[in-house]
Amino acid sequence: MNVEVTPLPGIGVRKDFAMDNGRRIGVVTHKDGHIELILSKSDDPDACLASLPLTTEEAGALANLLGAPQLVAQLNEDHREFAGIHTRQISIKSGSPFHGRTLGDTALRTRTGVSVVAVMRAGQVQPSPTPEFTFTEGDVLVAVGTSDGLDEAIKILRHG
Amino acid sequence: MGHTAFALIELGAVFFVLGVLGRLAGRIGMSPIPLYLLGGLAFGTGGVLPLGDIGGFAELASEIGVVLLLLLLGLEYSAAELVTGLKRSWMSGLLDIVLNAAPGAAVALLLGWGPVGAFVLAGVTYISSSGIIAKVLGDLGRLGNRETPVVLSILVFEDLVMALYLPILTTVLAGISFFGGLQAVGISLAVITVVLLVALRYGRYVSAVVDSPDREVFLLKLLGSALLVAGLASAMQVSAAVGAFLLGIAISGSTAESATRILEPLRDLFAAMFFVVFGLNTDPRSIPPVLVWAVALALVTALTKIATGWWAARRQGIGRLGRARAGASLVARGEFSIIIAGLAVSAGAVEGRLAALATAYVLLMAILGPIAARVVEPLARTVQRAPAAAPA
Repeated sequence: MNVEVTPLPGIGVRKDFAMDNGRRIGVVTHKDGHIELILSKSDDPDACLASLPLTTEEAGALANLLGAPQLVAQLNEDHREFAGIHTRQISIKSGSPFHGRTLGDTALRTRTGVSVVAVMRAGQVQPSPTPEFTFTEGDVLVAVGTSDGLDEAIKILRHG
Repeated sequence: MGHTAFALIELGAVFFVLGVLGRLAGRIGMSPIPLYLLGGLAFGTGGVLPLGDIGGFAELASEIGVVLLLLLLGLEYSAAELVTGLKRSWMSGLLDIVLNAAPGAAVALLLGWGPVGAFVLAGVTYISSSGIIAKVLGDLGRLGNRETPVVLSILVFEDLVMALYLPILTTVLAGISFFGGLQAVGISLAVITVVLLVALRYGRYVSAVVDSPDREVFLLKLLGSALLVAGLASAMQVSAAVGAFLLGIAISGSTAESATRILEPLRDLFAAMFFVVFGLNTDPRSIPPVLVWAVALALVTALTKIATGWWAARRQGIGRLGRARAGASLVARGEFSIIIAGLAVSAGAVEGRLAALATAYVLLMAILGPIAARVVEPLARTVQRAPAAAPA
């Protein structure tokens, strides 16, 4: 991806790239740290259809939604030769009993044979979390295992 | 009632009315500057409600207002941004000067105000209001647009030109000889170059001098250094406003951000006072005779700014709609035009009619600018759909 970085004097920085369909998508990062998501119009590539102000938390959550599928797709690609092994993303939803508890507390590996290979938080990937890794609401786990094991893991993470 | 009691009541009334006017401006989504000017006109001589007791304070407050306006403008830019802006947009910048200073100078000469008047009015019609424009671009959600960097770099160029223009203006107004004027220009050019170099290389040391983790200490240091630098610059004939602007450029990084946050309310207070004082010193009865000229200037310079933006955006390979948007965004004039006119009037080098013309002009442009920026898109789309549009 060719990301263009354009300084906006007195305001901040614009980072965007052209998509396959000719539109541009990106962000304007203001000097005070708040972020705007921008998407260009289809009939006028110079103008913006939307510019949505996002808080840091919102931007992180959105990055998780966008980033996790890519990671999962990549892992699925890697695991294609092992029949029966799947990769799936599981999110720690509000009300999950594991909000504020560690990966070790879930005992996922022992109970389901599923391994957590990464956690996405605020747009950042935390690879190979240790058993001491503490979960928080909104985390997205990238888990690898059999499809039965993964179904089981989703239940555990949702209801304990 | 004692003198102090009177002054307090008058000052309170002025601020309260300004607050109400500001709220009104926010309601209809326009810049409060024209309303502050109108407030000043109403309070002043020949107005509805003449004020007498707060003259001394108001004068000083308006001086501080100018210093703070320019200091915060300088804080918005880093030296690196200024240098790249200069490199990227000097051609558009020069076109901007030619197209937009000429109408002002021509009208001043036509009205017989001489070369000094022409120099002043050229500045008034040239300089766009970066404050109003940045706000309008944000409100209209155009920060992500491709033409926006073009608009912003023209504004950067204009602000740098201001840093050169103001010292020349102060010497011209002081009636110093041509040779003295050249000397002043030389000094200010040297000072600006030195400040830019210092800010690029050693900005962090300047920031370290004023920075403090304690809010109160930080505020006092900031305000103290700004007024010191402004006063010294004024003594060196470089104009107080430019001194403050350069100090703002030299302060960089996180210090600049926290400085902006701390000083914004102060700037709003004193700058409002500055517009009021300008209005106070203008007799509303002097406006009607120059109104025709103000309207003509407003129309012509709106078109010349649109042409400037159009040309600058075309050079960056931006489509027609974007060019029209860039042009219309630049129309607004505001605080700096008033600063220039204010300097000229307080120096007593130009006649009162110039102040009246500048006031009427800024009133028109501060209102017209945001409206132009808003309506340009639907208008341009209609024109585009119309068959057989004129080739550009």
